[in-house]
Amino acid sequence: MSTATAITPPVEREDYLNKEHGVFSWLLTVDHKRIALLYLASVTFFFFIGGVFALLVRLELLTPAGDLMQADTYNKAFTMHGMVMVFFFLIPVVPAVLGNFLIPIMIGAKDLAFPRINLLSWYLYIAGGCVMIHCMLTGGVDTGWTFYTPFSTAFTNTKIIEAGIAVFLAGFSSILTGLNFIVTTHRMRAPGMTWSRLPLFVWAHYATSIIQILGTPVIAITILLVVAERLFHLGVFDPKLGGDPLLFQHLFWFYSHPAVYIMILPAMGVVSELIACFSRKRIFGYSFVAMSSIGIAVIGFIVWAHHMFVAGISLYAALIFSALSYLVAVPSAIKTFNWTATMYKGSIRYDAPMLYAFGFLGLFIVGGLTGLFLAALGIDVHVTDTYFVVAHFHYIMVGGTLMAYLGGIHFWWPKMTGRLYPEGWARLAALIVFVGFNLTFFPQFILGYVGMPRRYYQYPPEFQVLNILSTAGATILGIGYLLPMIYLTWSMRYGKIAPDNPWQAAGLEWKIQSPPTTFNFVQEPVVTWEAYNYDEIDDVHTHEEAPVAR
Amino acid sequence: MHDSATTAHHAAHDPALLHHFADESQQRNAASLGMWVFLAQEVMFFGGLFCAYLIYRLKYFGDFGAASQSLNITLGATNTIVLICSSLTVVFAVWAAKHGKRSMLLINLVLTLILGCAFLGIKAVEYRDKFVEHHVPGATFDFKCESPGHPGQLVPCHIPGNKDILVNQRHAEMFFSLYFIMTGLHALHMIIGIGLFLWLLIMAWKGRYTPHYNTPVEIGGLYWHFVDLVWIYLFPLLYLIDRHP
Amino acid sequence: MFDNFPLWPEQASTAAANVDALYIFFLVVSVSVTALLYVILIFFAARYRRRPGIKATPNEGSLVLELAWSIAPMFVFVAMFLFGAVVFFQERTPPKDATEVYVVAKQWMWKLEHMEGQREINELHVPVGQNVKLIMTSQDVIHSFYIPAFRLKTDVLPGRYTIMWFRATKPGIYHLFCAEYCGTQHSGMIGSVVVMEPSQYQAWTNGASTGPLSVAGEKLFSELGCGTCHRSDAQGRGPSLQGVYGSQVALEDGRTVLADENYVRESILDPGAKIVRGYKPVMPTFQGLVTDEQMSALLAYVKSLAPAKPGVAVNKASLTPPDRAAGKGGQEQ
Repeated sequence: MSTATAITPPVEREDYLNKEHGVFSWLLTVDHKRIALLYLASVTFFFFIGGVFALLVRLELLTPAGDLMQADTYNKAFTMHGMVMVFFFLIPVVPAVLGNFLIPIMIGAKDLAFPRINLLSWYLYIAGGCVMIHCMLTGGVDTGWTFYTPFSTAFTNTKIIEAGIAVFLAGFSSILTGLNFIVTTHRMRAPGMTWSRLPLFVWAHYATSIIQILGTPVIAITILLVVAERLFHLGVFDPKLGGDPLLFQHLFWFYSHPAVYIMILPAMGVVSELIACFSRKRIFGYSFVAMSSIGIAVIGFIVWAHHMFVAGISLYAALIFSALSYLVAVPSAIKTFNWTATMYKGSIRYDAPMLYAFGFLGLFIVGGLTGLFLAALGIDVHVTDTYFVVAHFHYIMVGGTLMAYLGGIHFWWPKMTGRLYPEGWARLAALIVFVGFNLTFFPQFILGYVGMPRRYYQYPPEFQVLNILSTAGATILGIGYLLPMIYLTWSMRYGKIAPDNPWQAAGLEWKIQSPPTTFNFVQEPVVTWEAYNYDEIDDVHTHEEAPVAR
Repeated sequence: MHDSATTAHHAAHDPALLHHFADESQQRNAASLGMWVFLAQEVMFFGGLFCAYLIYRLKYFGDFGAASQSLNITLGATNTIVLICSSLTVVFAVWAAKHGKRSMLLINLVLTLILGCAFLGIKAVEYRDKFVEHHVPGATFDFKCESPGHPGQLVPCHIPGNKDILVNQRHAEMFFSLYFIMTGLHALHMIIGIGLFLWLLIMAWKGRYTPHYNTPVEIGGLYWHFVDLVWIYLFPLLYLIDRHP
Repeated sequence: MFDNFPLWPEQASTAAANVDALYIFFLVVSVSVTALLYVILIFFAARYRRRPGIKATPNEGSLVLELAWSIAPMFVFVAMFLFGAVVFFQERTPPKDATEVYVVAKQWMWKLEHMEGQREINELHVPVGQNVKLIMTSQDVIHSFYIPAFRLKTDVLPGRYTIMWFRATKPGIYHLFCAEYCGTQHSGMIGSVVVMEPSQYQAWTNGASTGPLSVAGEKLFSELGCGTCHRSDAQGRGPSLQGVYGSQVALEDGRTVLADENYVRESILDPGAKIVRGYKPVMPTFQGLVTDEQMSALLAYVKSLAPAKPGVAVNKASLTPPDRAAGKGGQEQ
């Protein structure tokens, strides 16, 4: 395709966006692409809410005294920050926005296996979100997102039951998304699209879906038990009534540890696509990267008690879980080395998506290595429940997942919207995010090792300078996140019209028009080539510059 | 993977084929796999409860034994037979749907519904008994047994096998908490199953199911069998521990 | 380091030295790996940037490389695990000669009782160079006893005891934090650990107003009527408690359990849970009749009961079979 026609198509083509109009065409859609956009709007909304709570927390922590708000308000702020971010942003974001949009197209299908269940997923998410908002507006919860017993069952008067229902609904949404992806990947692949030709993005989501299916029900039942305990004064987790608070922790972490892999695996899938495209090469060690996703999903189920090393478990249990936690680090290391090796003798361009991919690598390396610190029993005793842990998981979830998500959103933005985003602003935002992120969270590693505990509303004065650095970073980070929200929204109306394949990328999604038609393919594709065939693609296009306008 | 696609033109004429599937076999296979994946998720859902039950059973061995003995084993066993029979009628219904036997399908769907309701009815009787006996956890909980020497008189219970050790009230209450949550959750799944089968009955009455298209009956049957299976695990774990002839 | 910009916590216990060594090992490995990867990434990004006319060189993979970079990290991980495990094992194995301090946590304060009788709120005075063992429980929710300068923390649970031990190496005043979120004043549940020279500690101890904890426990033991059944000869309806703490106890159901702090506590609050072999389950429960502090005192007293002199039978279970049969008179097995 030449560059001339790509910039301004002569006639406005029919696509999934303009095919139907009206609110109900969106609210009753079963088109996976429209549902993805519904999710995009809703997760962005909840990200914003979670971000506001984060800002409140960081503002309070500017001074050692508790002077901005009352202790109970602060406790609710960090709890709502955690609950909203984990259950309403991080867990759904990449699968429900990018996964929903791309998976059917990537495998050559017209839609997911169960389009109506896909819409149900979104409604469950919205229902959970509404309950969560109501809970927030009528007092919120102050238990921390981990709602440990017996505090959450017998010692707090906040709206645990409502928050529990909200999380339950969001969890059910997550389960149905996973179910849809598994069946789709198994049953809906186009002829010739064998498992070994699948984009690594699909492999990553397949592995994630396994975790969603098998893990989420356990927290669902845990929530049910907590709600039952509060409603009927039962004693399943209450020592005064013969219950065991550690049972709660085991049940909770049995899901919540695999949940972190739900958060990172899809992001890793995005990174594979970005690095391949912007290095113009097939991902090095494709099968190892694919299998490592499955490996992470499986091993991720047997390490949960590394959250409980000092909680009162036996020495022997602690030793076993520490060893297993080192095992789960191996597949992540494999991926990182393979991504790096992909760039060797590549042909790298620093478009915004690639900058986000680089940012992911840099921050994931730090986050992942600090996970090794935490797996070491001797170190964990000192730093668990301190800011060291907070820094570690933010490096992975924000430095990892969020960076990859932003990279993916930019990469697939032309496909999803038919518009180009402004590249200059995007690169600037990526840089601001990277700098702001490190300034926010690196001091927290130090804070943790010198002993500042988590969930502290006031702290000894000697911790102030590090806290101020962190809050300053958070402000910069906030600006970095606002920028894309603004220019991406702007581009939907005023951005340059995108060609069908602005990146000359491999993958079935780039062979169809931008934006796609409702049924994606004019004719069912028959795949006869391997994934990431950049070699072939670039043979055709060697003489051209990539046609993305600046 | 699916069979080689028939032309889109032909496929579009089959009202049961959804547009995003290439052909009926892909649609059927997808539905079937979807139900199996859903059931895997249900196993994990109940699994958490079974785990909690196992842990407390081992911790409060004698107390759980005594509490279990206060359950009505006749009603529980009857319910087990009722559910197994209902699974049989489900098998017949699925067979009938696959072979186009409309009246056999309708009769077995109706029988399944009747048996399902019978199960819930018997469960309601059991729950009422527990309420009357003050075995419902909460403020009114009071675990007592009939005195062997004076029937009608309630005395503190002993753990099975050792008439000297009294049952701890809080530990017995733990048994009943788990009993109600586990059987309650199961009953909720039964109610959903009954709703599902009512829907299947209505659709079957309208003639929707043919040898060509009967997937909803098949996957509805899978769900029903699963709920039955959960009960087959619940019954011995709750009713049959520490029973002696 | 700097007063208001600390980069490293003070090191004030033997465990702290171990943990710091472990941490530095991790820092060295991690910083090296990070630096190496960053250098490679930056080098690749520059060296292989897009140039007109130059294509990327396809490179499928390399089994050798995959095995190398899977197995090499595994060796490093094993070393990391072992080093961390050794430090942890030492932290979890209190020495036998440790002096004990009882800790009761509640929302939102720490209550401590020394064996010699001193009570403290939110402060813990200890002598330098002495092994100290904390026996901790909570009155309400889960808390966590955290001393950053010692690099130690252990969760404090309601309904059971958890143990933490340390040996302070440097006199000074160190932060004590609650490290498990416990409600409104979680961040206010803080205090100090005051490490003193032995002579100063002795002086501080002598200023105590109450007597030794075990004496308070003995008083409670008699006030609550425990001695009626738990006599030190073999005649009581309950087993003698001489030397029971730390011993292996044979139970009615055939098991043998270690009589540790949690066993003693359970025996008082839920006597029917474990019946000593040869005895009837007639002990009433003291749930609700004994506070956590009183429990600490009773525990201290029971621990102070030395084993009986040889030759004196103290428990029916230890009598020879014929005597036992005669003594019990038809008790069902």
